[in-house]
Amino acid sequence: MTLCLVITAIVTLLAAVCAMSLRNLVHCALTLAVSFSGIAAIYLQLDAEFVGFTEILVYVGAVAILVVMAILLTRSGETTQPSVLTSGRLDLIGKFAGIGVTAAIFTTLGWAILSSSVLAKPGAVAPQVTVKDIGEVLMTRYVLPLEIVGLVLTAAMIGAVIIAYKEEAKSRSQVLPGAQTKTATSNQPAVVPPAENILKKAGVA
Amino acid sequence: MSPLQFCLLVSALLFAIGFAGAVTRRHAILALVGIELMLNAANLNLIAFWRFGPHPELLTGFIFVLFSMALAAAEAAVGLALVIAIYRHKKTSNLDEVKELKG
Repeated sequence: MTLCLVITAIVTLLAAVCAMSLRNLVHCALTLAVSFSGIAAIYLQLDAEFVGFTEILVYVGAVAILVVMAILLTRSGETTQPSVLTSGRLDLIGKFAGIGVTAAIFTTLGWAILSSSVLAKPGAVAPQVTVKDIGEVLMTRYVLPLEIVGLVLTAAMIGAVIIAYKEEAKSRSQVLPGAQTKTATSNQPAVVPPAENILKKAGVA
Repeated sequence: MSPLQFCLLVSALLFAIGFAGAVTRRHAILALVGIELMLNAANLNLIAFWRFGPHPELLTGFIFVLFSMALAAAEAAVGLALVIAIYRHKKTSNLDEVKELKG
């Protein structure tokens, strides 16, 4: 346990606390990126270089940016959350109950970690992992999980596009005067399958 | 304290912070951020056990973390798309105001 690891861990935890407690959501997203970078640095010090760089690519590069985009699209960075002092009593009780449950979880986990004799043994020697090893393992032993993860990512991408697209297509058709009278007379919004709608908009169909 | 215990303690603290945020904050995006922090804590656990375990050359925990990161990215994309869709529909992203399914 080197000093460097301790400092990285402290920075990571402080950034995580800031990401969960700051009032301005944009600041939350930025401190979240700092926290992810700290976790990546911890991975690097644990001899998991590939995972560390993947963490930077996926979390700092994609997830943090996605969170910033979601904050901007929902315009929640401008409005400030109600502070703890002005919120109601039930609200305060709920917050304290949540923090109490959290403290209980951490106490249990910490007690289990510190009292275990198995975990106190010194670790093995540092493994030499090259990217070639990872590729070989991924292409032989873990090839089926790899394909399934590819399928899941494709499904998630299509799903995210359809979920975020549908309402916009509907509201735009309601803006048109013709569409508005049609929906008003039939008393039912025009039902268009979302996938077909997207294809039409893209000019494919 | 061995390095493994230190990593597990950091991970437990990170999990606790993420859990507290996911439970106490009202904003949907912050709840998702808390879930991401909890997932990262689990990944840190896996890496620590891989590094200090008896057989690091088998790369089991390492590969598990790679797959778990891919699933976490998919979860974040779908979750944030849902937040945006709910915002368009109801003009709010406060979790307490979205309660149509409450009995």
